[in-house]
Amino acid sequence: MAKLTTKFKSLKKTTKVDFATYLGVIAVFIVVTVLQNGGMLNRKTLGLLVPICCYMSMAVSLNLTVGILGELSLGHAGFMSVGAFSGVIVSQSLLTAVPNAPVRLAIAMVVGAIFAAIVGLLVGTPVLRLQGDYLAIVTLAFGEIIADLINCLLVGYDASGLHILFNVSGTKTIDDLGLDATGYAIIKGAQGATGTKTIAGLTAGFILVMVTLIIVLNLTRSRAGRAIMAIRDNPIAAQSVGLNLTKYKLMAFVTSAALAGAAGALYGLNYSSLQSVKFNFNTSILVLVFVVLGGLGNIWGSLLSAAALTILPEALRQFADYRMLVYAIVLIFVMLATNNPQFKAFFAKLLPRRHSAEEKEV
Amino acid sequence: MTQKTKLVPVTREPALLPERDADKSPVLECIDLGITFGGLKAVDSFNITIGRTEIAGLIGPNGAGKTTIFNLLTKVYQPTHGTILLNGRDIHGLNTAQINRAGIARTFQNIRLFQNLSVEENITTAMDTQMHYNMAEGILRLPRFWREERVVHERAMELLSIFHMEEFADAKAGSLPYGAQRRLEILRALATNPCLLLLDEPAAGMNPSETAELMENIRSIRDTFKIAVLLIEHDMNLVMNICEGIAVLNFGRIIAKGSPDDIQNNPEVIEAYLGKKKEA
Repeated sequence: MAKLTTKFKSLKKTTKVDFATYLGVIAVFIVVTVLQNGGMLNRKTLGLLVPICCYMSMAVSLNLTVGILGELSLGHAGFMSVGAFSGVIVSQSLLTAVPNAPVRLAIAMVVGAIFAAIVGLLVGTPVLRLQGDYLAIVTLAFGEIIADLINCLLVGYDASGLHILFNVSGTKTIDDLGLDATGYAIIKGAQGATGTKTIAGLTAGFILVMVTLIIVLNLTRSRAGRAIMAIRDNPIAAQSVGLNLTKYKLMAFVTSAALAGAAGALYGLNYSSLQSVKFNFNTSILVLVFVVLGGLGNIWGSLLSAAALTILPEALRQFADYRMLVYAIVLIFVMLATNNPQFKAFFAKLLPRRHSAEEKEV
Repeated sequence: MTQKTKLVPVTREPALLPERDADKSPVLECIDLGITFGGLKAVDSFNITIGRTEIAGLIGPNGAGKTTIFNLLTKVYQPTHGTILLNGRDIHGLNTAQINRAGIARTFQNIRLFQNLSVEENITTAMDTQMHYNMAEGILRLPRFWREERVVHERAMELLSIFHMEEFADAKAGSLPYGAQRRLEILRALATNPCLLLLDEPAAGMNPSETAELMENIRSIRDTFKIAVLLIEHDMNLVMNICEGIAVLNFGRIIAKGSPDDIQNNPEVIEAYLGKKKEA
């Protein structure tokens, strides 16, 4: 045991933090599962579990772009949207071919991730060659465009396969797909995906969060992560040591988009009906708030703030009139408490012992 | 084409003899190099040849175009005319990153470290182009990840030992004192396995004893790695002591070239620095 503790002490600080993050997520998952099986969670809380997992994964993946790569993305919900609808289409098309729900869910999430990655590559390739705030502008537009595109989408499935129609003129309906008697609609234009078989669950959410964590943390602690952070810190110096800026920026951005796609697929398969407006600019900003509040580049911070800020609005529902007001005050207070030196000094006075320990670490 | 050798731990061998470069081809040749910004000729007809293990100096008054030449050599600026031959090969058309892979590494006048990375990570990042494991191997932590990470860690420690900085390996680069940041920048440049090292005012802000130590370090780096060094410096003591060849630049043109003794006695150089003597 003593040997183990000395070995643990000799580990790098980042390794310890990563380890604690994994352990924390696993512990919370076990506690929540026990509570769930014991019937101690009400329906409202149960309904929040999968969205919380999705938002955690969204926040961690956006942190890769915003905190670690240092580029501002305002269209992260757009990638979630791509993942959600491609995931729903895949899952609904495979209803008979793959009757096993967890397997179908896994396939849907992988396909969602692949589609989001392709879209991320298309968006990122021209923009990330530039230096400056262009990514923010382009992703902002991308988020709006993707919502409009999905609004035009008519998708159905029957014995002869998948039918896809682009309702650009706005005059077509689901009947124009020409589905046969066994056919059913998957996406009905502005009505979005309807009649989706919900197959998402807490275990899938947990696996998603763990996979996201492993990918983002291990990427950050590898040569690619070092290069990405070096580019964030000083692009000119990064070039001077031979790094290909565009390659590494794209790597971070596309990985981030793919993870958002997987989260989107899980999210989409958690609801029987889903509209593309769900993934609008507000959702992108919401995820950005998770990241900023949790701390740029701070992964466990993203997890925590994603969970807290998803639960908080629901918990405040009983004060319906003051809900947004309290929400805003809590946000401001947390930001002040974590960033304002005077507030920090104030808290330090309240907790003198902990303060001295922190000083030593610095 | 620009593929570099595999990771090799640093080996220390005895110094080479002074007249070593005569029969070898030069590492760098600039032929009629120039750049104009609008109507201003910032650098004009710049010709220089640097031997394979030479320490060369580039001096001149402020605004003479010294850093501009570094920026031309590393393609931060595109030269408007002239040719740069690195190891006899024209490097026209390469970008900054490719220039580094071809063998030119540099430091910056205003320090440009990766502030939020650790000292060791600053060096290992510079070895990125010599590493081969891909993204998936990094995420899944496959054997090649561990193998290469161990090699770069050992090499980074070996490089840090040149300046006795091993104990700072885990410190944030931005938290280092000024002199240590300058030294780290040199190590980061060395980590890319260059054949030509460009140092932009390496002794800026250092006191005389630190400068003396730096001189020894630059010499030993040249001897250990058998590379050429081209440095810009205002500290004449350093320049005259360690440079074998010196070029003096004024208003974008070379006004004198030669050994330290030639330069010290050259009337044009004295004029450029001190002004013209009044006629009696």
